[in-house]
Amino acid sequence: MLNSNQSSEHASRRRVFIIIFIILTGIIFLARLFYIQVIDHRYKVYASSNVQRTITEYPARGLIYDRNGELLVYNEPYYDLMVIPAQVGEIDTTEFISLFDITREQFDNRMQSARHFSRFTPSLFQRQISKDSYAAIQEKLFRFPGFFVQPRTLRKYVHPIAAHTFGYVGEAGPSVIENEPYYRQGDYIGISGIEKHYEEELRGHKGSRIVMVDALNRAIGSFQDGRYDTMAVAGTDLYSSLDMDLQIYGEKLMQNKRGSIVAVEPSTGQILALVTSPGYDPDLLVGRVRSRNYRMLQADTLNPLFNRALMANYPPGSVFKTANFLIGLQEGGINANSTYSCPGHYRSGGITIRCRPHPQPVNPITAIQHSCNTFSAIQFRNTLELPKFESMQEALTNWRNHLMSMGFARAFNSDLPHELPGLLGSADYYDQVYGTRGWRALTVISLSIGQGEIGTTPIQLANFAAIVANRGFYHTPHVVKAIGAPDNLNPDYIEPNYTTIDSMHYEIMAEAMFETVEAGTGRFSRIPDIPMAGKTGTVQNPHGENHSAFIAFAPVEEPQIAISVIVENAGSGAAWAAPISSLMVEKYLTGEIKRGWFEQRILDAKF
Amino acid sequence: MNKYYIPSNMRPQLSIFKNIDKFTVLVYFILIIVGWLSVYAAEIKDTHQSIFDFSQHYGKQFVWILTALVLAVVILIMDVKFFPAFAYIIFGVGIISLIGVLLFGVTVNATKAWFHVGGVAIQPSEFVKYATALALARLIYESKTRTKTFQVIIKPFILIAIPFVLVVMQSDMGTSLVFSSFVIVLYREGYISGWLLLLGILAVILFVMTLLVNEFYIMGALTILGIITAIFLRKKPSAVKQLLVVLILVNGYVYSADYAYNEILEPHQRLRIAVLVDETVDLRGAGYNLHQSKIAIGSGGLTGKGFLQGTQTKFSFVPEQGTDFIFCTIGEEWGFVGSTLLIGLFLTLIIRIIILAERQRSSFSRVFGYALASVLFFHFMVNIGMTIGMVPVMGIPLPYISYGGSSLWAFTIFLFTFLKLDSRRLDLL
Ligand SMILES: [Zn+2]
Repeated sequence: MLNSNQSSEHASRRRVFIIIFIILTGIIFLARLFYIQVIDHRYKVYASSNVQRTITEYPARGLIYDRNGELLVYNEPYYDLMVIPAQVGEIDTTEFISLFDITREQFDNRMQSARHFSRFTPSLFQRQISKDSYAAIQEKLFRFPGFFVQPRTLRKYVHPIAAHTFGYVGEAGPSVIENEPYYRQGDYIGISGIEKHYEEELRGHKGSRIVMVDALNRAIGSFQDGRYDTMAVAGTDLYSSLDMDLQIYGEKLMQNKRGSIVAVEPSTGQILALVTSPGYDPDLLVGRVRSRNYRMLQADTLNPLFNRALMANYPPGSVFKTANFLIGLQEGGINANSTYSCPGHYRSGGITIRCRPHPQPVNPITAIQHSCNTFSAIQFRNTLELPKFESMQEALTNWRNHLMSMGFARAFNSDLPHELPGLLGSADYYDQVYGTRGWRALTVISLSIGQGEIGTTPIQLANFAAIVANRGFYHTPHVVKAIGAPDNLNPDYIEPNYTTIDSMHYEIMAEAMFETVEAGTGRFSRIPDIPMAGKTGTVQNPHGENHSAFIAFAPVEEPQIAISVIVENAGSGAAWAAPISSLMVEKYLTGEIKRGWFEQRILDAKF
Repeated sequence: MNKYYIPSNMRPQLSIFKNIDKFTVLVYFILIIVGWLSVYAAEIKDTHQSIFDFSQHYGKQFVWILTALVLAVVILIMDVKFFPAFAYIIFGVGIISLIGVLLFGVTVNATKAWFHVGGVAIQPSEFVKYATALALARLIYESKTRTKTFQVIIKPFILIAIPFVLVVMQSDMGTSLVFSSFVIVLYREGYISGWLLLLGILAVILFVMTLLVNEFYIMGALTILGIITAIFLRKKPSAVKQLLVVLILVNGYVYSADYAYNEILEPHQRLRIAVLVDETVDLRGAGYNLHQSKIAIGSGGLTGKGFLQGTQTKFSFVPEQGTDFIFCTIGEEWGFVGSTLLIGLFLTLIIRIIILAERQRSSFSRVFGYALASVLFFHFMVNIGMTIGMVPVMGIPLPYISYGGSSLWAFTIFLFTFLKLDSRRLDLL
């Protein structure tokens, strides 16, 4: 037993130790708190990933209407399932995989790649859950913290038409994401057609929303009353120049045929119908099934992905005589009154071009009307051998320049995708083949009837029909008429392009084409009460049956439609392309078809 | 009963509030108000909800506070002789209630520690701390004049061991360890030598270090330290011999601590300790709470996000945000500055109680005061320590702050009993 003095001395020392121990504990806590609250910034980063989830607001893509305001392309909502790996707690995986109809392996793989991408930011887990499936999943989703759905939209088409023209939308690839900062992983971008060319108008602007989320993955509300949220801006609607009814009708007529129809409004260059056959249903290239269907279409031997209207290169055949005559009239190789008799063939220097029987003699008008090869060859040679040209090269270059002013041998570079320029023999080309002095008019005489070193696309032919309809100028053919509102015209194509041929020569050719339909090679396709001008063509095809071609415009005065039709391997232009053109013109100008038998013959035809 | 006090009729009759330590009462009021606001801040989901919404914890806490104040007044009205006189009886009732809860209690969060009385859950173990403090004070008071024989020294340890074992049987490890805080009282009263206490603390520190560092590094470091000391002590061969013995013992302890950790502790207990080193080892289990807790506190920064502006606690990332992890809300919303003030308040309260205890004439009051300070300190140390990852997670509340009627009532009774004893310190011998 200690004495009382010692005892109290001990006691006060112990009291001091106890107090020091307590204060020391407090100081250690404060040091620790200072470290995690003031020095270490990791926890602030963790905190923001804990509670804020940035949700991208995807804007609805702009709608596409036809020229009359009929809806053609719209959007359908669906849902992407997203995952934030760090927030995925203990979940019932068995229930999850049965709910989403995936395998255990898929689940593990997707979780792994999501974790690999980022533990704290959302990754796509399952794409494109339909509206109906979502309804079933919605109620159960709360059981799977870390998972949430992101509303998206997919393209939907009112009618299965004009697939090539609309083009399609797909996920932005790595190179796009690298080069254009707007696009992020999982964003959609127009890949072809209108969707590609008008991507900036159609896509709108993405928005983002920060929501507060609790540990159970429930959205609690907006962050700071939405101060940092940006609204998504919906894409701009487009008014296509297509006439929905005409497009549908054109595709119907071209069923079971290969070829194309291009119809243009001459006064504006607006494309009324752009038919490529065989085509495909635009729904095939939407969403999850797109790449699989794309491969399927690619493997199809009929090549439905090939946009014949813009890419196919045909020798134009007799249709081209009209263009040659215009050059002849302009340069003086012939004049309106030039008259020749046709012995049924053109023969010179060992070259023979055969002609068919027709009334005699022929002048520029009747030569077109009856498609006289002899007259065509004579006028072509006359023109090239005019004394004002110092050489063959100069004469041919002059000829070629006239044609290029009419839109041949070059791409229009309008809003149409993957357009090809066609081809047209040049002086350089012939120099290479025959030597500088090795060729003359007779060498290239086949050009007079649209054969030889010449390839034109259907849209170039339709544009040429529009030039004649306009008597000398064209507006670049384009497929989007107005942007945002029906009267807000597409500004790119308002300026007319004048050709190098005087308007009076077009009057002659317009009359010649009118006579062709009235009482010439195209008379079979004459439409009662509608004065139509046209020119038939039968394109010699070394690989098989000839292609049937026709160009036309109507009415002859104040034309409203210009058209080109090509039906591959169908034979004569008068038999197939001309009737199709006439049905299209009748449909467009009157809204109905009065010649049922005439239509049925086309619908039944297969080539 | 006369032996405990000078009859009050020999002194002028005093108001019940007279001589009550106003400073301690002020700190108490600050703490309960901070607590109430923190429960509100931690659990509110929508800023339009009233703090008086009685369907919510913060509304209920207001009721607990009012009733606690009534209890405080009742304690102050009571005759001061009651506490020493009934100390053993109260302790007995406490022990019986602990046994009762084991037999008839309700299991909440895997802990069988609750009675349900008319829709209110009561946790007897909260009150048993108070009862044990009373009994311990009485026991030491009774043995103050006796020589400290082994029988005398062992009695308080047995007294403390009874509730400890019963609470362990409730599987409430946190609360049971609270009883170990009474070693501070025993140290103050000379029942435990300072060296023993120091040894105990060092043992805990060494134990934790063996978990952080490979035990062979520690043994190596200790050996080198021993050799250096031996060189200094080379003139005293007997001291070197003793040093050698100590070194062997300590190294043996370090080695066996690691063995104990791996072989004796349950896996979930090991995890609770392992996450202190790196909470990411078990982010979905034991580490999750700690990780979220540290995120909440850490994101508060220097000055905090402001009242009701916390996001981590409010959105239920932090578990038990209104009860055991209430400090997260304070750390998040008031930052380092607020945390410092709260820790300051607790230290002030505890040290103030020690100072008051030291001025007691009666060893009953002094021991009781130290017991109060020890229990408060233990709760403070473990509760805040676990939210910042310095102490394994144990479910014990932060006194006066955490939501919960039992805890608030018990600590209020505890504090005001002492203040009552203190107010009559001149009457008690
Ligand atoms: Zn002829």
